[in-house]
Amino acid sequence: MRHLIEIGDLSVEEIGELIETANDMIANPDYYNEICKGKKLATLFFEPSTRTRLSFEAAMLDLGGSVLGFSSAESSSTAKGESVTDTVRTVGCYVDIIAMRHPKEGAPLLASMSSEVPIINAGDGGHSHPTQTLTDLLTIKREKGRLDNLTIALCGDLMFGRTVHSLIAAMSCYENVKFILISPEELRIPDYIRVGILQKKKLEWVETDEMESVLGKADILYMTRVQRERFFNEADYLRLRDTFILDTKKMEYAKPDTIIMHPLPRVNEISPKVDSDERACYFKQVKYGKFIRMALIMKLLEVSK
Amino acid sequence: MNVDEIKTGVVLDHIKAGKSMELYHYLNLDQMDCCIAIIKNVKSNKLGKKDIIKIDAEIDLDLDVLGYLDPNITVNIVKDGKVLEKKKLKLPTDLRNVIKCKNPRCITSSEREIDHLFRLTSPEEGIYRCVYCETESK
Ligand SMILES: [Zn+2]
Repeated sequence: MRHLIEIGDLSVEEIGELIETANDMIANPDYYNEICKGKKLATLFFEPSTRTRLSFEAAMLDLGGSVLGFSSAESSSTAKGESVTDTVRTVGCYVDIIAMRHPKEGAPLLASMSSEVPIINAGDGGHSHPTQTLTDLLTIKREKGRLDNLTIALCGDLMFGRTVHSLIAAMSCYENVKFILISPEELRIPDYIRVGILQKKKLEWVETDEMESVLGKADILYMTRVQRERFFNEADYLRLRDTFILDTKKMEYAKPDTIIMHPLPRVNEISPKVDSDERACYFKQVKYGKFIRMALIMKLLEVSK
Repeated sequence: MNVDEIKTGVVLDHIKAGKSMELYHYLNLDQMDCCIAIIKNVKSNKLGKKDIIKIDAEIDLDLDVLGYLDPNITVNIVKDGKVLEKKKLKLPTDLRNVIKCKNPRCITSSEREIDHLFRLTSPEEGIYRCVYCETESK
């Protein structure tokens, strides 16, 4: 039995297979709509995340399975003090697979240590969110046609943004991928990424604090939120926030085939006027997120075509 | 008990000077009822000064804990007055319930009766990380 706790649990080949399955699902959805009939998914969300939960539930429903679960710790037995281990053992008696989100880092790993059914980490605090990374990879593959020979610009909060760290780690496994890291000085990537991945794998990367001069080199622009709570004072936040907003004016610097991605939800870092630009991919990303989760559920349930 | 010689037991040698009391507690030696001698600031060619702990009983020491605390310690197993075996220590790959994760966002901070697990992630630098949240131990 396999779990998905962090993106590194999957080999590059397995990620390739998931992408292939997801592509086939997009092309032939009818073929899959009863493939998990009789199977149940539990979404155990110890903290609310409506988007992610709906994506998992839609994925299972589109495979012909059914779903149950809870959407916040208040409505679960943790409110009565039940441990993660006990919750998972109990729920495992009813369902075939569990998608779990938890505010504490490592909770899904702990769950996987005693679970009788596969566990999918649907986000554990600021630590890991592997299905977001799979979504990003499927999006890149579909929109750019490849995962190698790409220059990817990541913009915003690169220090605390887990989706960014995980995407860098995943993309570093493909040939000739270059990184442009755009962030305020205060929110640059942490050393475990800079030294542990970029330097160690001898990758090409640049770090900068402005977008205009580098946008023309990027095949992908991955935007993230700059959060107010990361700053010591309001003045810094306001000054930096506006530097990292993508608007139609900045889009003029991007290549005609650069794709714009964002893990959503956005606050103000992408102007809504950009949405109608053909290069904006963030809503497609949401759609692809459901398909890659379908492929993942099938894989972990060991349901074959 | 003669401090110089024990008949059967364990001698921990080459402890960094001043570290013996810390070891004594980590190894739960305070809970033993056999004779234990802590000798501090012994002259040593290798270290200048060192501490030694002599335990006058056959006990099963947690070598992983010892290796984590100080891999340079030599463990002498003594039987009938002779050194039967000299054990070299190394940094253990895994630590179970030796140190605790200090990250307040880690699941170990809220789940009851959870094992605190650490793994040696960079053997060259001796860095251990919490298995759950990957925070470095410090
Ligand atoms: Zn931890």
